[in-house]
Amino acid sequence: MTAARRDVAIVAFAQTDHARRTDDLSEVEMLMPVLHDVLRQAGLRASDIGFTCSGSSDYLAGRAFSFTMALDGVGAWPPITESHVETDGAWALYEAWVKLLTGEADTALVYAYGKSSPGSVRDVLTRQLDPYYVAPLWPDSVALAALQARALIDAGDTDERALAAVAARSRRDAAANPHAQLPGARPQGDHVVAPLRTGDCPPVGDGAAAVILAAGDRARALCPRPAWITGMDHRVEAHSLGVRDLTDSPSTRLAARRAGAFDPDAARPVDTAELHAPFTSQEVVLRKALRLGADVRVNPSGGALAANPVMAAGLIRLGEAAARIHRGASDRALAHATSGPCLQQNLVAVLEGDHR
Amino acid sequence: MSAASTAGTAKEPVAVVGIGQTKHVAARRDVSIAGLVREAARRALDDAESTWADIDAVVIGKAPDFFEGVMMPELYLADALGAVGKPMLRVHTAGSVGGSTALVAANLVAARVHRTVLTLAFEKQSESNAMWGLSLPVPFQQPLLAGAGGFFAPHVRAYMRRTGAPDTIGSLVAYKDRRNALKNPYAHLHEHDITLEKVQSSPMLWDPIRYSETCPSSDGACAMVLTDRAGAARSPRPPAWMLGGAMRSEPTLFAGKDFVSPRAGRDCAADVYRQAGITDPRRQIDAVEMYVPFSWYEPMWLENLGFAEEGEGWKLTEAGVTEIDGDLPVNPSGGVLSTNPIGASGMIRFAEAALQVRGQAGEHQIEGARTALGHAYGGGAQFFSMWLVGDRPPTA
Amino acid sequence: MTAAPETLRAPFVVEFPFTRSLGPVQSAFLTGLRERVLLGVRTETGRVLVPPVEYDPETAAELRDLVELAPTGTVTTWAWNPEPRRGQPLTTPFAWVLVRPDGADTALLHALDAPGPESVRTGMRVRIRWAAERQGAITDIACFEPYGNADAGEEGGAAAGTGARPHDGVFDQPVTGIVTPARLDYTYTPGRAQTAWLHDLAERRTVGERCPSCAKVYVPPRGACPTCGVATTERVEVGPRGTVTTFCIVNIKAKNLDIEVPYVYAHIALDGAGLALHGRIGGIPYDQVRMGLRVEPVWTEGGRYPDHYRPSGEPDADYGTYKELL
Repeated sequence: MTAARRDVAIVAFAQTDHARRTDDLSEVEMLMPVLHDVLRQAGLRASDIGFTCSGSSDYLAGRAFSFTMALDGVGAWPPITESHVETDGAWALYEAWVKLLTGEADTALVYAYGKSSPGSVRDVLTRQLDPYYVAPLWPDSVALAALQARALIDAGDTDERALAAVAARSRRDAAANPHAQLPGARPQGDHVVAPLRTGDCPPVGDGAAAVILAAGDRARALCPRPAWITGMDHRVEAHSLGVRDLTDSPSTRLAARRAGAFDPDAARPVDTAELHAPFTSQEVVLRKALRLGADVRVNPSGGALAANPVMAAGLIRLGEAAARIHRGASDRALAHATSGPCLQQNLVAVLEGDHR
Repeated sequence: MSAASTAGTAKEPVAVVGIGQTKHVAARRDVSIAGLVREAARRALDDAESTWADIDAVVIGKAPDFFEGVMMPELYLADALGAVGKPMLRVHTAGSVGGSTALVAANLVAARVHRTVLTLAFEKQSESNAMWGLSLPVPFQQPLLAGAGGFFAPHVRAYMRRTGAPDTIGSLVAYKDRRNALKNPYAHLHEHDITLEKVQSSPMLWDPIRYSETCPSSDGACAMVLTDRAGAARSPRPPAWMLGGAMRSEPTLFAGKDFVSPRAGRDCAADVYRQAGITDPRRQIDAVEMYVPFSWYEPMWLENLGFAEEGEGWKLTEAGVTEIDGDLPVNPSGGVLSTNPIGASGMIRFAEAALQVRGQAGEHQIEGARTALGHAYGGGAQFFSMWLVGDRPPTA
Repeated sequence: MTAAPETLRAPFVVEFPFTRSLGPVQSAFLTGLRERVLLGVRTETGRVLVPPVEYDPETAAELRDLVELAPTGTVTTWAWNPEPRRGQPLTTPFAWVLVRPDGADTALLHALDAPGPESVRTGMRVRIRWAAERQGAITDIACFEPYGNADAGEEGGAAAGTGARPHDGVFDQPVTGIVTPARLDYTYTPGRAQTAWLHDLAERRTVGERCPSCAKVYVPPRGACPTCGVATTERVEVGPRGTVTTFCIVNIKAKNLDIEVPYVYAHIALDGAGLALHGRIGGIPYDQVRMGLRVEPVWTEGGRYPDHYRPSGEPDADYGTYKELL
């Protein structure tokens, strides 16, 4: 494409303190304080927002049209321009980014939420699988990730010690994240599905997150150092695990390339990556696909291993990466989100701060 | 809203160059879910004389995942839709989703993120049972109703009270739409022996809504190929051009909500008309495909969409204005009353509007249609999506 | 806000036997399993995919060219499952495996029955253990089991594509659909506002919440004022009487709903509420219910909600008094 794109940035980010259970809160009661927080950070009122987009899942909630009740927290009156994706909120952010690129809106509110506590998320996620050949076997999400981990170990890409180190580093880093569900390193525990141990798996919990996007001068007015989205792309792979090379993530690599992550002319190197790797082994795959060297700070927030509110965890990666740019801890960051079994679908955004 | 904040150029015009849908039926027993969506996608590609390789991205929509019992089925459908290695986005905005999905796809072209996008919506309701999917029992809530008819019937009564409409209006709509469906080979219900008397003597399910005034439950899919100016220039058949498109949402239930004529619907229509330069919709729009799952919603939406003054919508219906040979034909395809794969129903409205301005609607073609409105709504009459298409590109 | 009452919770089961129609490739594959025949499908480039999919993951081409393979293969990756979960193929600890059948280019996901993780290796040879009773489903493969003694080595088993024989996919009485029951168990908790509302209902009091911004009273309260997007806090008792704003007469009996038809389903604006709630009208012939009817709740022993509302005996409300609540 030749036409100059609008500059769009993440200007604010908020999230809940993620927790194993939130029995005393409905979804909207959990979400609403986050919406208020993100608007306050940007100094906006709900009525200032040009476009609203959210991500959530009926299957997680166990109710059809569950997102309609969450809309109560937005204050959609007078009526708003609004949309919803039935997947991680990172894709809601993508839809909002496109909306801003059209010029039809200058600001967007993006939110996502997920309560895993009401159900058994390992079993719920089996309903994502091929309904004819795979779902009737109920292979749970840890089992599928363990098949991927074994393939990585067989290929010589990692071993259980290296995976444990990923777990420890993530939770150590999470000690500095006041929102994390698992702050601080802890024992790896027993095999859940070998070779993955408790420590290799994400915590199950509830949470919500929201970001505000703004275009051009509006972004500069709302945020001292906007996190400019210099590129964003997402790609999907074949569904069946048996036709994929589980040790690689070509869709992540392609999305990153299209987002400009490998741009050899980039003035500044990528210094930070927030990767949506719910399992330690998936960080190994993503580091390889994204060609991240030892000089890149990976998941300083602790990543999904420290808090994994399903349907929000990908959006949180974008928010965390942006927040580091906002506070000057990063100049160029990659943010990644995933969806589907064993990294079937992946989104990559490149975020940059203005030169200081 | 101004686009003045950057050097961004005007939006890329969006053209519909391919349309495909399945023959909608109660149960497609010969195909998988993938086979169903594939059929619509393949027909849209064939219409555009395109191949999978011409498609840059796929945007897919459907209503609740519980209907088929597959969580985020787009993951499994990626292979069937040629999406492997491409971006694939899933939209869910309740009953309006078919329309919203098309608008999300259109934005990808308008923003020049992609040049050619396949958009598709489907529902295979025979995999479960819509009544079950819509009425999962939530603990602590008093079960009072099952299904959508009872939810909407009180609002129909409110409309009748407010406007003094005679109680036969709903049957006129149903009789018209079912006859129109006979001209549409893809429609689900083909009631060859339909008469007005049959509609009026059909059982009263949720008084004031009769059986024949309700939509069926269908298996079906609809797909469109959307592209930019360069793509449209290569189109083998006349494209339909998007002249305006908008979504609006309001809360499900709130103090002061007007269920008869929700403000979100009025605002959405006004936005579309503004974009398209429509100042007198009744005169300037040649055909309307509106989302009418219960017959009385035709007069209600006629008012909500600005085709009639408040309280006057039923008079258009009664006078035959919305008949296929009237001066404002509504649902020449037979509409949702004749075909309702829920998640696809909104996209079918959008696609049928595009067929009209392309002159491709076959037996239900409105002669000389140059502008047509596609309309969808969902949830508790709270989510709206609409587009206006024409036979000429937008003037910059 | 008053002290939070005890959190309510209740089990919530989402269960349905989904009926899935099959495309021709799926039909042949699953019917084949019933007949102890393993089928794959050959792509335009000659790759053999097992299980056979309808569309080529690489090219999106429609696939129809079926081949038959031996029921033996090689494990390409595995994971030891010490605690089988509901619905999984085996009830004793087992290995999840991806198995590349001999002659195939891709792998099939299933279970491997093995005594322990030390007896499972990538590259090991396995064969299908057929279920005793087969109906045309992926579970007709009960699981895989170890086969022979030797590892397959690098290129063990039949080389890809070579062990596959063409098959016309035709069987007597083909399976054209499957039923896939699915049950998920949830625990429902209604949240702060609804919990408070339910506790008051238990004392037969209807207590809504007022929005601090627009002052409307929400009944039932949902935790947020949907137009202002702020938490509702001030608790306000409403009713018990109210006005029927609109209604319908339900004439069809819904499954799982223990209400005799016909009955009147009404929107009822309780006195003091900012919007109508929903209830059933009784104590009056269904065809005499009208908009504006004044009603009061009727409780039954042990009922969480009023069983229904009945005429209060007051004169009907003027349309003008409730038309904003319609």
